Amino acid sequence: MARISLDHIRHAYGPRAEAAGDYALKEVNHEWADGGAYALLGPSGCGKTTLLNIISGLLHPTEGRILFDGRDVTKLSTRERNIAQVFQFPVIYDTMTVYDNLAFPLRNRHVPEAEVRKRVEHILEMTDLAGMATRRARGLTADQKQKISLGRGLVRSDVNAILFDEPLTVIDPHMKWVLRSQLKRLHRHSGFTMVYVTHDQTEALTFADKVVVMHDGQIVQIGTPAELFERPSHTFVGYFIGSPGMNVMPVEVEGARAMIGDQSILLPGAPRTEGALRLELGIRPEFVRLSREGMPISISRVEDTGRQKIVRATFCGQPIAAVVPEDEEIPADPRVEFDPAAIGIFADSWRVEMGS
Amino acid sequence: MLELRNVEKVVAGEYHIHPTSLSLERGTLNVLLGPTLSGKTSLMRLMAGLDVPTGGTLHFDGADVTGVRVQDRHVAMVYQQFINYPAMSVYENIASPMRIVGKDRKTIDREVHRAAELLKLTPYLDRTPLSLSGGQQQRTALARALVKNASLVLLDEPLANLDYKLREELREELPRIFAQSGAIFVYATTEPSEALLLGGNTATLSEGRITQFGETIRVYREPVDLVSAKTFADPPLNTLDVTRRGKDLLFGDRTILPVPAHLNSIPDGPVTVAFHPHHLSLEPRPSSVPLTARTQVSEITGSESFIHLEFSGTRWVLLTRGIHDIDPDRSIDIFLDTRHLMAFAPASGRSWAGPAHEGM
Repeated sequence: MARISLDHIRHAYGPRAEAAGDYALKEVNHEWADGGAYALLGPSGCGKTTLLNIISGLLHPTEGRILFDGRDVTKLSTRERNIAQVFQFPVIYDTMTVYDNLAFPLRNRHVPEAEVRKRVEHILEMTDLAGMATRRARGLTADQKQKISLGRGLVRSDVNAILFDEPLTVIDPHMKWVLRSQLKRLHRHSGFTMVYVTHDQTEALTFADKVVVMHDGQIVQIGTPAELFERPSHTFVGYFIGSPGMNVMPVEVEGARAMIGDQSILLPGAPRTEGALRLELGIRPEFVRLSREGMPISISRVEDTGRQKIVRATFCGQPIAAVVPEDEEIPADPRVEFDPAAIGIFADSWRVEMGS
Repeated sequence: MLELRNVEKVVAGEYHIHPTSLSLERGTLNVLLGPTLSGKTSLMRLMAGLDVPTGGTLHFDGADVTGVRVQDRHVAMVYQQFINYPAMSVYENIASPMRIVGKDRKTIDREVHRAAELLKLTPYLDRTPLSLSGGQQQRTALARALVKNASLVLLDEPLANLDYKLREELREELPRIFAQSGAIFVYATTEPSEALLLGGNTATLSEGRITQFGETIRVYREPVDLVSAKTFADPPLNTLDVTRRGKDLLFGDRTILPVPAHLNSIPDGPVTVAFHPHHLSLEPRPSSVPLTARTQVSEITGSESFIHLEFSGTRWVLLTRGIHDIDPDRSIDIFLDTRHLMAFAPASGRSWAGPAHEGM
């Protein structure tokens, strides 16, 4: 397993990049710990797959270096980097049995057959494929094939890192739960360095120790799930993490108060907002409390999602969402209160610290 | 109204769709919820007339349409893959079904703009689909389905290829768009959360059968059998096989729960109880009962934690708000809120939950 250093990496797909906008991946300069579980999270076109391909060696960056345990691997191929990969769609041999498919990466590297058997049987059990070990892959369903793909990625014990590119896209929701928790257990037991690319926040947050949120070719925040939820450093993180995402509304700030419409909201401190062109207040729907006291809202819709209700409303002319647990009533003629500790102030989209 | 009367589809001696009867009213949204290969697409193809049933009949507003070709029905379909004409502008893509039936230029222009406005495509009408994002491409396909003014619109996992966040936004908009149309909408998905957000009615499917059909939130809250309950659970449903004896539920020979009041009518003997992960908690609640389980893995989303547990050989998931990173292989106390406990007969899987289910 290896520590991965991304040393001032930039990438442009065109032959000659001049302006910052020409780069699909703007500057990335980070070090990822040996044995860490990282997720690259962002929407289509944010640069996450570009970054993954640079780590795997499918793509050579326009600028910068990539190092594994301090060794420069920028010019090396995927194979020379000794990396296992799992893709969005199954990559397996249809004519081989499930067992032989799983054994292939090991046999290819002349691993003794007794060791092959041990590893393959472990993977068969983990992926719940033991019952079909001797079947050919051809007749299997898409999610069974994808489980073989996952197994092939996990079967070797000598790789520098395992890279996953949206591996659960074709898997049914119920099986996702099983595979996700198995992946997580496997990570704990094996100490593999894992990098997992996805647009699905639940997958990213539940899989990774550290989630790398990408937006428009940049890393906007690297943090634990708790940090991304509680202290998003950019309004994009607030929007992208959480269902529904963070409520963001334009405000004016005077000292330790935020003004919106005719409401004045007390902040935990005075935010440092000098020179900002645009100020916004962010509050997650989980911290918007419906009560008889507080500020007026008008409810437009309530979505009952079973375990909770999502209340959609208008607050000072702005749309706002609040989350109410299953067994809690929505008061008649409700008003809202914001949990002060959960309020963030954003200057030109970036979180600012609150002074005392 | 679309009616399926004992519609079935047998392929090579195997039932793809078991005999199915179903009535869908105009102006309703109907979700077909089930895993891959449960029969969602097969059922839609029968409804559309793309496939002819091997038994039973289909009726539209009373008229028998069994065997009527798809071209001769008022049907529109939207697929998981974004299907548009790549060489045409978004405007022409939306206009195409109206051009085919020879609508006049003014009507076409009015309808295209109306649909574009509804689907937030107005700024992109001059662009070609491939220069748009996935979400905009799928909106274009949706707009084309809407202007067709079809009486039946079938959507086969239309959001599956979109980013998570885009899905969330479109899911929020779709019920409003559907409500303005007045057609019968049928919407296939593998995701319980999608069905709940869309609302309307839901049919749960399993192995080529509709196991339950009704108002979405009621199907979720009051499943008629264990299969329907499991189909409509994400995170997965927790279950346990117990025995009722008098006022107690026994696991093995040990009393683990009192019989909750709402399940008083179930007979003595074996019963399968089931509950959702958010009905387990780490702290006691007013109507909860303590249990002991072993932790496996904790998954944290920031707002919630999913704690995977093992209870005497059975896998459970506990879902709770906040951040709880509990070490694996520990024995912990958990609390089951018995107010929402469901009970099923072990052999048939039928619900024993009481009067709410009579007549289904």
